[in-house]
Amino acid sequence: MSHIGSYEERVKNFDWSLAEKELEYSKGGLLNIGWYCSDRICNMGKGDKTALIWEGLGGVEKRYTFHDVRRASNTIGAFLRSLGFQAEDRVCLFMDKIPELYLSFLGVLKIGAIAQPLFSAFGDESLHVRLDNAEASAIITQRKHVGKVRKILDKMPYLKHIIIVDHDGKKELRERETVFSLEKADPVEELEIHPTRAESPSVLHYTSGTTGQPKGVKHVHYSLISQYLTTKWVLDLRNDDVYWCTADPGWVTGTSYGIIGPWSLGVTQCVLDTGFNPESWYRFIEKNRITVWYSAPTAIRSLMKAGEEIIRKYDLSSLRHLASVGEPLNAEAVVWSERVFGLPFHDTYWQTETGSMMLTNFPGMKIKPGSMGKPFPGITATVLDPDTFEEVEENGRPGLIGFKPGWPAMMRTYWKNEATYRQKFQNGWYIPGDRATIDADGYFWFIGRDDDVINTGGHLVSPFEVESALLEHEAVAESAVVAKPDDVNMEVVKAFITLKPGYEPGPDLELKIMNFIRKKLSPLAMPQEIEYVDSLPKTRSGKIMRRLLHAREWGEEIGDTSTLEDD
Amino acid sequence: MAEMKDIVLEYVREEYMEDEDEELNYDTPLISGGIVDSFSMVSLKRFLENKYNIQIPDEKATPEAFDTVNSIVALVQEYIK
Repeated sequence: MSHIGSYEERVKNFDWSLAEKELEYSKGGLLNIGWYCSDRICNMGKGDKTALIWEGLGGVEKRYTFHDVRRASNTIGAFLRSLGFQAEDRVCLFMDKIPELYLSFLGVLKIGAIAQPLFSAFGDESLHVRLDNAEASAIITQRKHVGKVRKILDKMPYLKHIIIVDHDGKKELRERETVFSLEKADPVEELEIHPTRAESPSVLHYTSGTTGQPKGVKHVHYSLISQYLTTKWVLDLRNDDVYWCTADPGWVTGTSYGIIGPWSLGVTQCVLDTGFNPESWYRFIEKNRITVWYSAPTAIRSLMKAGEEIIRKYDLSSLRHLASVGEPLNAEAVVWSERVFGLPFHDTYWQTETGSMMLTNFPGMKIKPGSMGKPFPGITATVLDPDTFEEVEENGRPGLIGFKPGWPAMMRTYWKNEATYRQKFQNGWYIPGDRATIDADGYFWFIGRDDDVINTGGHLVSPFEVESALLEHEAVAESAVVAKPDDVNMEVVKAFITLKPGYEPGPDLELKIMNFIRKKLSPLAMPQEIEYVDSLPKTRSGKIMRRLLHAREWGEEIGDTSTLEDD
Repeated sequence: MAEMKDIVLEYVREEYMEDEDEELNYDTPLISGGIVDSFSMVSLKRFLENKYNIQIPDEKATPEAFDTVNSIVALVQEYIK
C-alpha cells in the first residue's frame, strides 16, 4: 500500500494541517527547514542513520549520517555567523554537487539567511546578473569556479566574502576571498537556530522569462509543508528507502526534492557528482540498491538511446518507484521504462515558482502515458480561456493551466520585482505559463509553453538573455533566438543572426559565437545551431518576430503576418 | 596521431577546463568527469568537424565516444579520408 492510498479519499478530506501535524508544527510557531532536515531527525532517534551517500569522480565515496549532516550544517552556520552574516542576508551557493553544497544549504537556512543556489555551469555574465539582483553578501564556491567570480568582482561591491571550500593553498587568495574547510573546521555540536517562522524567506531560485532579466523566485520556510507531503505521497518515500534525485540543487528540483523532501522525512539519499553516462548511472543504482529514482525526461531519453543491452548487465531489481520532472515525459519513455525496468516513470508537473509538485502521477494510479496526471490533493487546478481567464468547460479544449493560490510552497514574490509577480495572477488564478487540456477522467495533457521561453533538458532559457548576449559579440549585428525541436532535450536553442559589415559567415565564426555564449551564459544557453540570415523578420515598428522563425523551425502555420515589415 | 591528440587536448584545456591546475591527460574522463557536459559536446564536435573537415554523424557522437581525448581521436580518425 502506498502512502497516498485512495486519491479520492485524500482529495475529499484534504487539509495541509495534516502535514503540519506530522511535522509537529503549530501555526505561528518556529519553523526552520535546516533544523527540520537534520536536528529533528536526530531528535527522532535517527541520528546514526545514513543521510547522504555521495560519489564523485573515480568512484570516491563519502557517507554522512544525520548526525554528521546536523553537525556539518551547524559548523557552516557558525562560520557564516563569525563572518557577520545575519538573517535574510543572501548567500549564494555556487558549487558542483559536492557534499558542501547540500550541507551549506542547511547551514545558511539555520542562521536565517537566504540560500541562493546557482547552477555551477553558469558563465560569468549569468552569474553576475543573478548575484546582482539578489545583492548577495557572500558566495560559497570551489576553487575551479573562483575564476568566474574574480572576473566580475569589481562590479559587485555588495559581495563581502568569497568562501572557497576546497582551497589547496597552491594559489594565493585574493581580495575578499576566505577559506573554509569542513574537514578542518572544529565541529559545532550546538548551534542556536535563528527563530525563523512560516513566512521567513528561505530560498531564492532564479528562473528565466521571455523578456527582462532572470527573476529571483522567493520561497519561505513554510514551503516545507508541501515539499514534505508531496515527497511522501508522490515519491512515496519510506523509512527504509534509498532515494536518488538526479537534479542539481542549482535548480529547484534539486533543493525541493534533492534536499528538503527526503531529509525532512529522514530518508537516505544518494548523489552522483559525475557527468552523465548510462553505464555509470546503472552501476550507481546497483551499487547503492536504490529504491526510488526521481529523474528527468532528457536523462530518460538518453538512457533509451543507449539501448537495453547495457541494462541487462546490471541488477536493478532494487528499484520500486520511478518519477520524472523537467519537461513533459513523452508516452514512449513511459512505455519503455515499464518494459525495461518493469516500472513506469511517473511524470510530475510543477515549476520553480510553485516550489512543490502540482500535477502528479502518484503510486497506484492508472498512468496514461504522456499525461501529466492529476492535481495533488489540496491543489485546485484547471484550464483557462486565454482571453477571458474563465475556466474552460469542455473536456479536451486547450487553454492555460491555472492554479488557485494558497498552497504552502507557492513563491511569495519575485525578488525586487513585485510588478511581474502580480502579472502571474489573472482572475484569481496563478498562471504558470503552460497550455494544456483536461480529459474526461481529469488527467492533464501538456501542449506547450504560452511564451517564447525555451525548455531545454528541463531548464528554462530566456531567448531575450541569449539575444542580448549575442549582440555583445563583435561580429553580430542582430539576433533572434527560438526553440528548435530536439529528440533528447525536447528543445534546444537556435539563433538567427545578421553580421556586421566586414564579417563573413562560416563554420569557424559559428563555433566562436557558440563558445562565446557558452562561457558568458551557460552550456544550456549556447545555440546548438546558428543560422546566418540577411535580415530578420520584423514588425513595422521594428520588433523582431520570433514567432515566424519559431513556426518555421517547428513546421507550423506562420499565422497572421499583417504586421510584418515590408522589405 | 600524436599531434592530433595534443591539438584536441589543448583545445579542451583552453575551452572547457575551469581549473587550470586540474590534471588533464589523454585518458582523463571528459564527459563522465563533468569537464564537458552534454550541451557543450555539440561545440566540441563542431570544433573537430571544422578543424579536420569531416562530418561526424550525430549517432556516433555519444558520451562514450567523447569521453577521453584518446576516444575522440579514434573517432575522428574514422572519418578522415
